[in-house]
Order: sequence, then structure tokens, then C-alpha cells
Amino acid sequence: MAKRITTPLTEETVCKLVAGDTVLISGTIYTGRDLAHKKLTDALKAGEQLPFDLAGAVIYYVGPSPAKPGKPIGSAGPTTSYRMDVYSPLLIEHGLRGMIGKGNRTQPVLDAIVRYHAVYFAAVGGAAALISRSIKQAKVIAYPELGPESVQELVVEDFPAVVVNDIYGADLYEQGVAKYRKG
Amino acid sequence: MKEIAFEQVRDTVAKLCIDANCVLGDDMVQAFRRALNQEESPTGKDILNQCLANQEIARTEMMPICQDTGWAVVWVEIGSGVRIAGGELADAIREGVAKGYKEGYLRKSIVADPLRRKNTGDNTPPIIYTDIVPGERLKITVQPKGGGSENMSEVKMLSAADGEEGIKRFVVDRVARSKANPCPPVIVGVGIGGTFEKCAMLAKHALLREIGSVHPDPFYAAMENDILERVNNLGIGPQGLGGRVTALAVFIEAFPCHIATMPCAVNINCHAARHKSVVL
Repeated sequence: MAKRITTPLTEETVCKLVAGDTVLISGTIYTGRDLAHKKLTDALKAGEQLPFDLAGAVIYYVGPSPAKPGKPIGSAGPTTSYRMDVYSPLLIEHGLRGMIGKGNRTQPVLDAIVRYHAVYFAAVGGAAALISRSIKQAKVIAYPELGPESVQELVVEDFPAVVVNDIYGADLYEQGVAKYRKG
Repeated sequence: MKEIAFEQVRDTVAKLCIDANCVLGDDMVQAFRRALNQEESPTGKDILNQCLANQEIARTEMMPICQDTGWAVVWVEIGSGVRIAGGELADAIREGVAKGYKEGYLRKSIVADPLRRKNTGDNTPPIIYTDIVPGERLKITVQPKGGGSENMSEVKMLSAADGEEGIKRFVVDRVARSKANPCPPVIVGVGIGGTFEKCAMLAKHALLREIGSVHPDPFYAAMENDILERVNNLGIGPQGLGGRVTALAVFIEAFPCHIATMPCAVNINCHAARHKSVVL
């Protein structure tokens, strides 16, 4: 049974999430991938204002395909997360609480998740047409020059994801694979 | 000599880009259904069901299966008796890719320079492989290739002494290290022989084979089966969250080899294994 959660994520919400939970996320989330992450962390280091409030925020690693007329967004599945790993710990330290992507994270990110109480969700990579149905509104709020890498504010309803890394240090990638490995 | 108009090639390529990105092959859909029967993990089953629902939405609404609509890799077989009227073949393909990616609302994912990384804005240039064949036909295949799975690919120069087992170990290890990143269940393309770059091309070309097809050489058919079994025993499963189905197929293409070498390339395709062909 999927857990329904809303953004911004609170301390209380992330405490209840454990690796393996399926969740349906509703509320506002922000898109961001490689170049946007570089710009966000550069801004943080320079003490500049970010284009959105990081406190309790959820970032979705996605570079959507263009929206057809009358649609809020095109296909929008997750991109591979490890490319953001060099930037994520600083963002988490400054309040980022949720990340949605696909694939394993490196140790510094896992450490930051436990230390600052954040959570990493996996969405189904490639299920981009299906996921786009849960995205009701989309608006570019920063770095429009980056094209598919710009930062967008998305309003989502029942966005499907799975908890991979929780505040207790569990990792569904490790546990799941160990369970089914043969030989 | 058969003449094919520049515009016909351009428009054909444009349509192939859109169709390939929005309509997954029936062989892939069947492979998902078989995988669903084979998968034991509840999360894995849920993911495979999402993959099936996703391709259905993409097909009916003509929207991309995956937001990463890829590099346009274009394979051309052009008969020596074919002439393109009104322009150059490569230009027609390039214009077709730009047209298809614009009109199909496909994502533009190509940057003009690997370090300065400015988007070209129209998903060009395509990667074009041209084979001149006998006759008067022109076969065009568009294979949009996503970046996530491409990043998990590798070439290794093995030596003859490494043998069949060395190849198998390298391929299985490459999939094992890829974990969730290439969006499993994956298709594994393997190129063996040729030169350093030829084996990589063979591995990419192998990804065009129909799922369920058997290698014509029983030696390689057995090798494909053995690698597939070992890969699925890794437990990586759909999306790397654990399960029985890590790969849907392993396809090998072999080529003559220099006495001093044994190159091997692994090109991994995500579960959105897209390609469409037309013969003009």
C-alpha cells in the first residue's frame, strides 16, 4: 500500500519513510540536473539567493521533453542520479530534504541523508509518459538558457516513487539485490 | 539507376525519429510480458507493469516513451544503384533528424562540444553509419540511444588467451557494475573482434536484433544464453531494486580478428530499446 506524502517534506514525514516504501508524492517539486546543480551550489557558496526555498524541498532529476500544445509538460522520467552526487551534500546541508532520480548514490550523499534527515526516492527510469500524467503544472523559474536542464517548478499529484535511502541508513539497492542474487 | 528525392529521405528520417521514440516494438512489449511471469520481486513486478502502462500511453498519445529521446543513430544501407536527387544523403538525414525532433516534441540532447556543452538546439548532428550494398534499395534505420545506458558501456582489448570465458566475465562484470543506472531490464549488445572501434559499432548494431531471435551460429547462441543466465543471477532486477530479470536479451555480433587482438565491446540499452526501419 503506497504512502501518500506532501511537500515540502517535514522532519516528521521523513522519519516515517523506510527503504522499500512505495510513495505517492503531491505538492510542489523542483526540476534540476547537472548544470542546474552546478549553478545552485555556486550560488550557495557565493551567498546568493536561490531561485526557490531549499527548506524541505524536493528536487527531481529530470530533463523533460518539450510539452505539446495544451499539455503542462512532455515526457518526464528520472535521469541517472550519480552525476549530481558531487553537488547534493551541500544542498542537503542547506535544507534539501528529498531527491527523486534513479540509480545508486555515493557515500557522501548517503552520509548527508542520514546526518541531515533527507530521503532519496527512485522513480521508474524510462516510464516518462506514465510519470508525466502526475505532473499538473510546470513553470521555468531559473536558468531558461539551459533548455531541458532549466529549473522548473512542478505541481504534482500522486507522483509514483520508491524510497531507496532513508534516514536510518538503509539502502534498497543493496537489500533488494542481495535478496535475489544467486551464486 | 534509381533516383530517390532528397525530400523523401528527409521526411522519412523525420517520421522514423518520431515513430521510434513513441512506439516501442512488439518484440519489446512481448519481452516485458514474459519478464512479468518470470519476476518474483513484488517491486520488480510493479516496475514491469509501469513499463507496460508507459509504452501504451506513449503509443496512444504519441509522446516519447522516455524523456531522453537520445542520440539519433542512423544506419543506412544504400544500393550502389541508388542516387539521391536534389542533395546529399548525409544532409537529408541531418535535416530529417532536426525536423523529426522539432515536430515530434522530442528532447534535444546534443551539445556542440563535449567540454563547452552548448546545446545545438535541434538534436543534430546524427551519427550516421553508411553501408554501400548491391542493388537499388535504400534502407534507413533510426535508433535513438539514451545517455544513461550509453554511459554504462565499455570497450576492452582482451587477448586471445582470455578466450570465451574472458569475454563472458567482462560482459557480466560490466552489467554488474552498471547496477540500476542503465534502467534495467536491459538489452546487452556485445561486439567481439574487428578493431578497437569496429567492435563498439558491432555492439551497437547488435542492439537492433529482435528480442527472442536466436543467433544463427549455435556457438554464439549458446554463449548469449549463458551470459543472459549469469546476468540474471546477479539479482539486480528491474530498475536495480532487486529481482530475477536484469536483462531481457544478450545479442552478440562477431567479426574477423587480428592475430594479436581480441577486442570486446559492451553497449547497454535501457528497457526503452527503440529503433525503426524503412526501405525506400
